[in-house]
Amino acid sequence: MSELSVNHLLGIKYLNKKDIQLIFETADHFKEVINRPIKKVPSLRDITIANLFFENSTRTKLSFELAEKRLSADVINFSSAQSSVKKGETLIDTVNNILSMKVDMVVMRHPNPGAGVFLSKHVKASIINAGDGAHEHPTQALLDSYSIREKLGEVAGKKVVIVGDILHSRVALSNIFALQLQGAQVMVCGPKTLIPKYIDKLGVKVETNLNKALNWCDVANMLRVQNERMDISYFPSTREYTQQFGVNRELLDSLDKEITIMHPGPINRGVEITSDVADSKQSIILDQVQNGVAIRMAVIYLLASKIKQ
Amino acid sequence: MSQKVLLNAKEVNIILHRLACQLIEKHNDFSNTVLIGLQPRGVFLADRLAKILKEDYKVKNIKLGHLDITFFRDDFRRGEKTLEANTTKINFLVEDKNIVFIDDVLHTGRSIRAALTAIQSFGRPNEIELLTLIDRRFSRHLPIQPNYRGRQVDVINNEKVKVNWKERDNEDSVYLIEK
Repeated sequence: MSELSVNHLLGIKYLNKKDIQLIFETADHFKEVINRPIKKVPSLRDITIANLFFENSTRTKLSFELAEKRLSADVINFSSAQSSVKKGETLIDTVNNILSMKVDMVVMRHPNPGAGVFLSKHVKASIINAGDGAHEHPTQALLDSYSIREKLGEVAGKKVVIVGDILHSRVALSNIFALQLQGAQVMVCGPKTLIPKYIDKLGVKVETNLNKALNWCDVANMLRVQNERMDISYFPSTREYTQQFGVNRELLDSLDKEITIMHPGPINRGVEITSDVADSKQSIILDQVQNGVAIRMAVIYLLASKIKQ
Repeated sequence: MSQKVLLNAKEVNIILHRLACQLIEKHNDFSNTVLIGLQPRGVFLADRLAKILKEDYKVKNIKLGHLDITFFRDDFRRGEKTLEANTTKINFLVEDKNIVFIDDVLHTGRSIRAALTAIQSFGRPNEIELLTLIDRRFSRHLPIQPNYRGRQVDVINNEKVKVNWKERDNEDSVYLIEK
């Protein structure tokens, strides 16, 4: 019998290959569960989970909440907009107050990189990082790899290009770690200004020509341009970005193979990806969303089983 | 660790045929019946019984499924180990069906309790019965009894019943093992 090597999911960086395999195998079972007429199992009846979102989110928050409810956990939600954080309370105080209401697990999104790691050292609860600034977003990377595995059979040996705003993307970093751990080759592609200077030290290829990148890859993961994180102008105009780094049908048809298109959402239709590509058979964007619930159920289940009674 | 043979291959075979006949007596042509093997160990017995019913007794239309009860167990977080799931394979609804749960050993009855809850995810059955190869007497924690039993045995606490199947363990046999 195996179990996770970690007590928190703070980043893919802290996982090993076996952990990912265990999460995927467990997610397979949960995927079957969520396709039943009654989609709920009672495993986590005695677990309470707090979803703390210090930053906006729709998909991830809904996905986590659904996963928790499908496992029968009790759920409390918190978003910083309506909270005492605005009154000057510190993160540790906020979380400890919530934990004193007998909460076992915390799912947290926070604008500061490392917030999850910091919290895991100071509070007694299992922490799941649902995105910390531009650092990591482990469950997104897991569901991305899981979707590739589902579509192409396995992740090992596949060539994956991550296109777009690598600099501000937590999805990119977690994906790089996850894909490399499973033996895939990774390339990043985007405007030079949006590619971190030393990213090649992580062992990824760097390409600034989208056409070349797409010709190389089996899977293209299209990222959103994160305007909200940009303090300065990184490219002249959205139109110019689209011309150089947007994927459209014409471009896909000009390749000599059929590649798989992914997107972590939310999509800016017509910017990084056109509607006819997003809605095409090559795109597995909606499968990613469905798999997100199964992956999060697996992560929560495996971490919860390590919480001492 | 000592072990004693409870049933050998020939005895297992005779019992399986007897159980198949008992099922036919109750369920006739199996038109409204489904056999559900409980993961991980009941599925071998269920598969074997379905094969005997099909090949030796010419029963057509046997509906057979495998049910995993991991997420419905009542000992989550109570042991040291993470409970690992197995595959559930039920590609039909059980609404109004007569279900026969099939498991190799009936001990405390807790797995069957979990299975009774788990099967509700697939509809509201008309009736549920239980078939087990080995019924460990006087060991129940819950008021659950089999409708069809292969052999009833008395086992003391430091002993364990191990059922082997040709498909997996290279022989059909049942052992009583002293831990």
